[in-house]
Amino acid sequence: MSEPIKTDVLIIGAGPCGLFAVFELGLLDMKAHVIDILDKIGGQCAELYPEKPIYDIPGLPYVTGQGLCDALLAQIKPFGGTFHLQEMVQTIEKIGDPLFRVKTDRGQVFEVKVVVIAAGGGSFQPKRPPIPGIEAYEGASVYYAVREMEALRDKRVVIAGGGDSALDWTLNLAPIASHLTLIHRRSEFRAAPDSVNKMMKLVGEGKIDMVLGQISALAGEGERIAKAIVKRNDGSNFEIACDALLPFFGLTMKLGPVADWGMEMKDGEYIVVDTAAFESSVPGIFAIGDINWYPGKLKLILSGFHEGALMAQKAYHYVYPGKRLVFQYTTSSTSLQKKLGVA
Amino acid sequence: MPKITYIDHEGTARTVEGELGSTVMETAIKNDVPGIEAECGGACACATCHVHVDTAWRETVGEPSPMEEDMLDFGYDVQPDSRLSCQIKVTAELDGLVVRTPERQA
Repeated sequence: MSEPIKTDVLIIGAGPCGLFAVFELGLLDMKAHVIDILDKIGGQCAELYPEKPIYDIPGLPYVTGQGLCDALLAQIKPFGGTFHLQEMVQTIEKIGDPLFRVKTDRGQVFEVKVVVIAAGGGSFQPKRPPIPGIEAYEGASVYYAVREMEALRDKRVVIAGGGDSALDWTLNLAPIASHLTLIHRRSEFRAAPDSVNKMMKLVGEGKIDMVLGQISALAGEGERIAKAIVKRNDGSNFEIACDALLPFFGLTMKLGPVADWGMEMKDGEYIVVDTAAFESSVPGIFAIGDINWYPGKLKLILSGFHEGALMAQKAYHYVYPGKRLVFQYTTSSTSLQKKLGVA
Repeated sequence: MPKITYIDHEGTARTVEGELGSTVMETAIKNDVPGIEAECGGACACATCHVHVDTAWRETVGEPSPMEEDMLDFGYDVQPDSRLSCQIKVTAELDGLVVRTPERQA
């Protein structure tokens, strides 16, 4: 296991609220690391609606999801923020007053005085296709990501989906699998045209099969899949013998392990916070943005920004116990302007 | 205002009034009609407002756009009558529209 990373604050979630929290914490001399399960910065704004306009960010009559993320990244630049992408927090353990030991799914350990949960709707995770009993095979013969291609050598592989992931893995695994079948609902693909052309070429050469339809059932023994039953679009069924199934149906938001971290929750979905500092029922763990709840809560990005500012005021006292905090404006404070690199 | 009927997978029908210019998804959410989640809030960025359009209404409602077709790949039990309800605008000619919500959203 790697050495624990020791820093002031760990922010969970690199969406707009997590990014702006880096700024507010930075103004008050607190260093932050940011962790996110996605492979990019920006959370829902970058993953769900990068091109969609947002009209209710104060001072910005119009900005796209990606535009907002880019602007926030520019704004927090003086404070950096160290990003850990494609990583998910699994456990938070209180080891001091306050000091938290945070562990991720990659085995990284953080030791931080403050945790800020800005996880929005939870973590993005691969969507499980609605095939009865698929859970039994997951991890053993149904995979939502390929970690090791060699594990699929000489196996009969079925890939389901029509996006870039499905097509990329079809092309990558075609030379490795003993037999590969790509199943998609329709003849148009979302994936890059070049990938689709390459895939069609492999189909034309008889190297892989492409089937139009949807998987309706699986059969196998224990955790080993043996065949997939595919419903064609005309309603008829047929079977494909296989050793592995790789469904690529995009991502969905799941709360994940947040509910196990000992905080009071609302409806099992939201972290209950106070409205003075947006702190959870566990002192030192804050929650800002869409993931928190308090009377009057609105799921707006602008609310999350406000919550981050107030959070930083209280977080300061955990990071610098006993130290007085003087409230200052960026317009007039030389010390803040020095931190921002403009004075 | 146009009336829209949502029939859930158990056959329970709920008829509500939709505002002109809003969407079939928004109308469902506003009236607490179950069976539609709309995780992304209407951005055509998920497939959790999936509905089946009643046969009699398919022509009036029309076909999904290519972008919507792409998102429908993520839906559950997607059929030729499938649409994402956030992409169906409520218009006067849709008065009486009938849609069925699937057993579950993806």
